[in-house]
Parts: sequence; structure tokens; C-alpha cells
Amino acid sequence: MGMIGIQTLQKDYSLNSAMDDRVVSEDLKDKDDPVTTKTADQWGSYLEAIKSTHDVAAFEALFGHFAPRIKSFLLKSGADANLAEECAQEVMVTVWNKAHLFDPTRASAATWIFTIARNKKIDALRKASRPEPDELPWGPDHEPDQADVIALQQETDRLGRALAELPEKQRKLVERAYFGDLSHRELADETGLPLGTIKSRIRLALEKLRHAMS
Amino acid sequence: MTPQPITHHIDDALLMAYSAGTLPEAFSLAIATHISMCDECRATLESFDAVGGQVMEEQSPVTMNDDAFAKTMAMVGKQSIQRPKPANDIPSVLAGYIGGSLDDVEWRTLGGGIKQKIILAGRDATARLLYIPAGQSAPDHGHSGMELTLVLRGAFKDESGHYRAGDIEITDDSVEHTPIADEGEDCICLAVTEAPIRFTSIFYRALQPFFKI
Repeated sequence: MGMIGIQTLQKDYSLNSAMDDRVVSEDLKDKDDPVTTKTADQWGSYLEAIKSTHDVAAFEALFGHFAPRIKSFLLKSGADANLAEECAQEVMVTVWNKAHLFDPTRASAATWIFTIARNKKIDALRKASRPEPDELPWGPDHEPDQADVIALQQETDRLGRALAELPEKQRKLVERAYFGDLSHRELADETGLPLGTIKSRIRLALEKLRHAMS
Repeated sequence: MTPQPITHHIDDALLMAYSAGTLPEAFSLAIATHISMCDECRATLESFDAVGGQVMEEQSPVTMNDDAFAKTMAMVGKQSIQRPKPANDIPSVLAGYIGGSLDDVEWRTLGGGIKQKIILAGRDATARLLYIPAGQSAPDHGHSGMELTLVLRGAFKDESGHYRAGDIEITDDSVEHTPIADEGEDCICLAVTEAPIRFTSIFYRALQPFFKI
């Protein structure tokens, strides 16, 4: 997967791989970006609180952070202000209603909420429906392993930093792809994004889930 | 549902486009069906979703209306969550489009034992089920543009390889291929083709100069 010759990304990637075997207590002490890590973990735990206790305060905090970003994302994707406002509200309604499907070993809160916003965008802007892969069965008694949750969050943070460090032109292209400005013909198979390690994490989580199901 | 490991996967460009939500519905159907059967591609897709999450996270916030949270709270719990129809032999996402099992499809004969059923004819792309009797070759349908062929039952081989249940073949008009169903079992595929009107540019074009450094 896209690992082409951008030095900063390659450095980040090797650092990433070296961290894979760290134990949890060390992960918790990871101070290289304390603010992002703490905040990002917090959003995931708020989703857990909505899932387990219908925590309205947690939902309000999530709303305060994500709704204005969803709205911004939808505006950039071609929605007018009223539609973007309305859709951002509806996305947050779905966040509440589907919180029980959130799997923190495979997605950060931002990733998961993005997928809901993306589907809303297809529905509202393109008047089309999006066929979705079958959900993997996720039993109510399945407790995510906190070490896996933290590891996934760290990979997500690293991905975010790598994205921010991309050359401006390339970063804009990635953004345009997600705003829907580029067709699939215009995407390259080599994106330059260091997805190898986050993919390994998700792959591992899927294997655990399959194992738990069998 | 996956009797043997899947060896033919979806490429990154298509998975990124699916993550971004820019593909025609017929293509998304083939990809969603494959991912339902393939954890390797599911992991890649969810990695691209993480990219989307980061893109969204980086947007400058745009203020919501004053009553936005109150309106949202008034709506929670009232959305109906649709459950796709369960099916034993194919992923639910596809079962939803064909109304159940592969055994209940109302086929249209194309001649020579080959049958088809169009399940989605969109403006941009068409999805159909193809039924190829064991040992027979698929008709030369002379497609141009991209075609996805996902094996649902049985297997076929062509110039590029051997495709079994869960495998997906991605071809464009530069590839000539004649799929031949394996002996012993009839082959059923989900085939998605682009509408001819869209065949104007070369696959994977614009980003190439930037990313092939």
C-alpha cells in the first residue's frame, strides 16, 4: 500500500512499526502528542457512554465538537447552508441511535462519525443509496480490549499527522477526493498515505472478532 | 460463505472512491458484497474511512443554529434502523437487491445456456447476475470501460487467472478476457459495467503525476 518516496512519511511509518509491540502502560505514557491523544480517546469514551447509559451530557459534548465539522464537510461537498445544517443534525441523531454499533478497536469516533456523514451526503446530495457491507455480528457481551482501543487511536493520530504533513498539493487532492470533487477514475492506486500500520491494527481486530464469533 | 481464501481483491483506488462515496451505486453494490466476504478488503476500506475521518476532523468548524442541539434531541430514538433481509448463500446487502436467495432468481436466457438478471440499471452503471453453466464460456459482451466481476457460486478462469467464490476481477477495456466456468458446478457472478456514455478518460489518471514520485 502507498509507501512511496516521501521521506517524512517513511520516517513516521518506521516509528509506527517499532511501536507495535509496546505494552499498554507505555502506550498510555505516550506524550508525543498528548492533547490530540487524550481528546480523541475522550470522544470514543463518550460514544461508549451513550451506548451504555444514554448519557446526554456526553452526547452534547460530541455534538459541540462534531456537528460544526460535519456541517463544514457537507458545505465543502456542495450542500447549501440549510441542507448542511439539517444533515449535520440528522447525522448526530444517527450517532445517538447507532452508538451500540461503534467498535473502538476498528475505528476512532471521528472515523465512525465520518462514515455516517458520508452516507448522509450520498443520500441527501446525490439522492442515491449506498450499499453497505454486512455488519459483523457484535454481541452485547463483547467487551473491547482497552489495549486494542488505545493502539487503534494511536494509529489514527499518526495517520492524521501524516496527512497534515503531506505536501500541500497532495493533501488537497486527498481532501478533494473526500469532498467528492474527484471521480474514481481520477484516483491513483498509490495514494502516498501510510495506511499499512492502521490497516494491520484493523485486520487484527477483525480476526479477534471472527474468533469470538466462531 | 467463504469456503476458501479469497485471492483476487479490490484495488486501493476503488476502495478509496467507495470510502469517499463517489462511486455509482452498481459499483458500490459489488464492492460492498465483496467486502462482506473479505476481511482483507474490509480492513483496507476501514483504513480509508480513517482518512475520511481525519479530513472531516480537520475542517474549520461552521457554527450550528442556536436550536440545533434541541432539535437533534427531539429526533433521537425515532429513526427506524433497517435490517437487511437475511440470506444463507449470499451477503445480505446483495440479497436485499435480488429479493432473497440465488436459487429464486428469475433468469432471462441469453442463449447457449447462459442466463442473466439485471438487478440495477443506473445512469452510470449496470449490475447484473450472470449464470454460466459448468464448462461453458461467457458470451463476449464487448464491454468498454471498467467491469467488476464477483464470483458468487462456482468458479471461472480466464486469461488473467482463476476466480472462485468471493474473488473479484477488475478489468478495463484494454483487457480482452473470455471467462470459462469450471467443470462440475455452474457459475453465478455479479457483473457490473459502466454505461458507455462515461467511457471518456483513462482509468486512474489525474492523481498519477502527483503520487508516482
